[in-house]
Amino acid sequence: MTDPFVHMENVAKRWNSQLGVENISLSIPRGSFVALLGPSGCGKSTTLRLLSGLELPDEGQITIDGRNVTLAAPSERNLSMVFQSYALFPHLSVAENVVFGLKVRKVAAAERREKLKRALDITGLLGYEARRPGELSGGQRQRVALARAIVANQPLCLMDEPLSNLDAKLRASVRKDIKKLQVDLGITVVYVTHDQTEAMSMADMVVLMKDGRIQQTGAPEDLYYRPANTFVAEFVGAPPMALIDGRILPGFPGAATIGLRAENMRLADPGTGRLTCHVSECEFLGSETFIGLSHPAASGLTVSMPGLKHIPTGEEMEITFADEDLHFFDEGGLRLLQPTGVSA
Amino acid sequence: MAEHVDLEKRRQAVYGWLLLSPAAILLTLFALYPSVATFWSSLFSRGTRRRPSEFVGIENYADLFADPTFWKVVGNNLVYAGVTIPMSIAIALAMALWANSRIPARGFVRTAYFTPTVLPMIAAANLWLFFYTPGLGVLDQIGSLFGLPSVNWLGQPETALWAVIIVTIWKEAGFFMIFYLAALQTIPEDLKEASDIEGASRWTYTRRIVLPLLMPTTLFIMVNALINSVKLIDHLFILTKGGPNDASKLILYYIWEMAFAFFDAPHAAAMTILVLVVLGIVAGIKFSYLDKRTHYQ
Repeated sequence: MTDPFVHMENVAKRWNSQLGVENISLSIPRGSFVALLGPSGCGKSTTLRLLSGLELPDEGQITIDGRNVTLAAPSERNLSMVFQSYALFPHLSVAENVVFGLKVRKVAAAERREKLKRALDITGLLGYEARRPGELSGGQRQRVALARAIVANQPLCLMDEPLSNLDAKLRASVRKDIKKLQVDLGITVVYVTHDQTEAMSMADMVVLMKDGRIQQTGAPEDLYYRPANTFVAEFVGAPPMALIDGRILPGFPGAATIGLRAENMRLADPGTGRLTCHVSECEFLGSETFIGLSHPAASGLTVSMPGLKHIPTGEEMEITFADEDLHFFDEGGLRLLQPTGVSA
Repeated sequence: MAEHVDLEKRRQAVYGWLLLSPAAILLTLFALYPSVATFWSSLFSRGTRRRPSEFVGIENYADLFADPTFWKVVGNNLVYAGVTIPMSIAIALAMALWANSRIPARGFVRTAYFTPTVLPMIAAANLWLFFYTPGLGVLDQIGSLFGLPSVNWLGQPETALWAVIIVTIWKEAGFFMIFYLAALQTIPEDLKEASDIEGASRWTYTRRIVLPLLMPTTLFIMVNALINSVKLIDHLFILTKGGPNDASKLILYYIWEMAFAFFDAPHAAAMTILVLVVLGIVAGIKFSYLDKRTHYQ
């Protein structure tokens, strides 16, 4: 796979000189599942719309399947799209919604029926052909949108927060369905989400964005274990990585900020801990309890304890951790491969 | 327990009637009673000093059906409705689609289209009177530039009704456009995007998505336009007074004439009842047939 299937090169889009996205370079291999992740307003949807052709870039180049499509119309890019609102045509039945594009492209009726049946079969919508979107539940509507996206058999499918209108339980199951669909059909999916669980669990490659710029591109485990900067460290993972001022931990002179994940933190006996903090809150999650800790020179300190724990707020606690679990960042928040002068 | 439930039920019933009564009273007073009274008086002959009014059954209706002027007026009204309704709807839709797209000075365009609606009927009619006046009028002035002969648009039977029709279309299209504009704004932007992705042309999108979604509005406008077409009277007072030779006389003008110029209230009442019946049938068709085939969001 030397040639990437989708390639964006230095793409920028600005509105009235206001920042949209800037300097987006991205290579997506064929058949992969890519998640564009980030907080709202970070430009992930804009990036997707630039790929779809609904927006045209001010700078840069976009190629899909070896073809330069930078200024091509959406329909010339051989892609399908699932909208956050699903964008179903409310007056058309499920079947008509799904085959709308086939009809526009003048696909013969027999072939249309066959493709429709297959798409509805895959999405589990057989029997709902005659219903209107208004007569379907949220989950069913979502599947209609999926069926419409896969019916044309396009090699690239763009999804714009397709699960954000579903309740939490349904979201988890549809997540698996979408992933399975992508693998079975062998299509390339670019998936926009602000939910890191979605991105981490589904994607082969996560693109984390902030303020219109890509922060880090990589496999989910890369983002988790090797965050490129403090923003990535704090965004990825639940609870997020704690950031500690480098000056209060002796022995790492080059590191302005030191990151530490909850699972690498342990409670220590009084007098033996490396940091002394105060309990600020307890969050019970069933199998474990997250204990939020406050320390004047650190943010986001959380220690996970098994089972239900009730620790009064304000109680003093000492924590300890191993040096190899620490992440180091410089003054600009960028990851340091090796902190200078590690005492080991 | 049961007593409480009973009391509660009774209280709910009282609330229900109280909430219902304003509308019920007003409708009875100003719609139901007049209709019934009109129907009742349409069954009696016209009372004169020598011959008091007496019950004549459907004789007034029979008279009307035998009256060539009545048929002329009905014919005029059918032509008037048949031309003004589709024309003003088509123009309103075209203007709305245009004024809704990304064009420069969109606000100005919308205001300009809406202006005819804001003008009072009488003022608008006077304006058009000035356009149509032979010799002095704008139309004739322009025509004379090209050496065309002077035409008395309002004064000859062949053109009078059409002149009135044009004024109505001019006035109604802008009004209906506002409804279409409002409806267009409820159509989510992403439907257009979804059809763009599917490669639908602008025309396909308009025909397959926009027009069906505008159907409820179209229906509403159609009923309004129909009611307007039997309600038109003010233009006629200014422009033609129904003439020449009844060429531009419409039903409400004829009813007015019957009642207040010829002082023949029973015949006017009979005609009013006929109009009500026709409008009732149309409303029935709208609610039973067209509503089922229309998608409401």
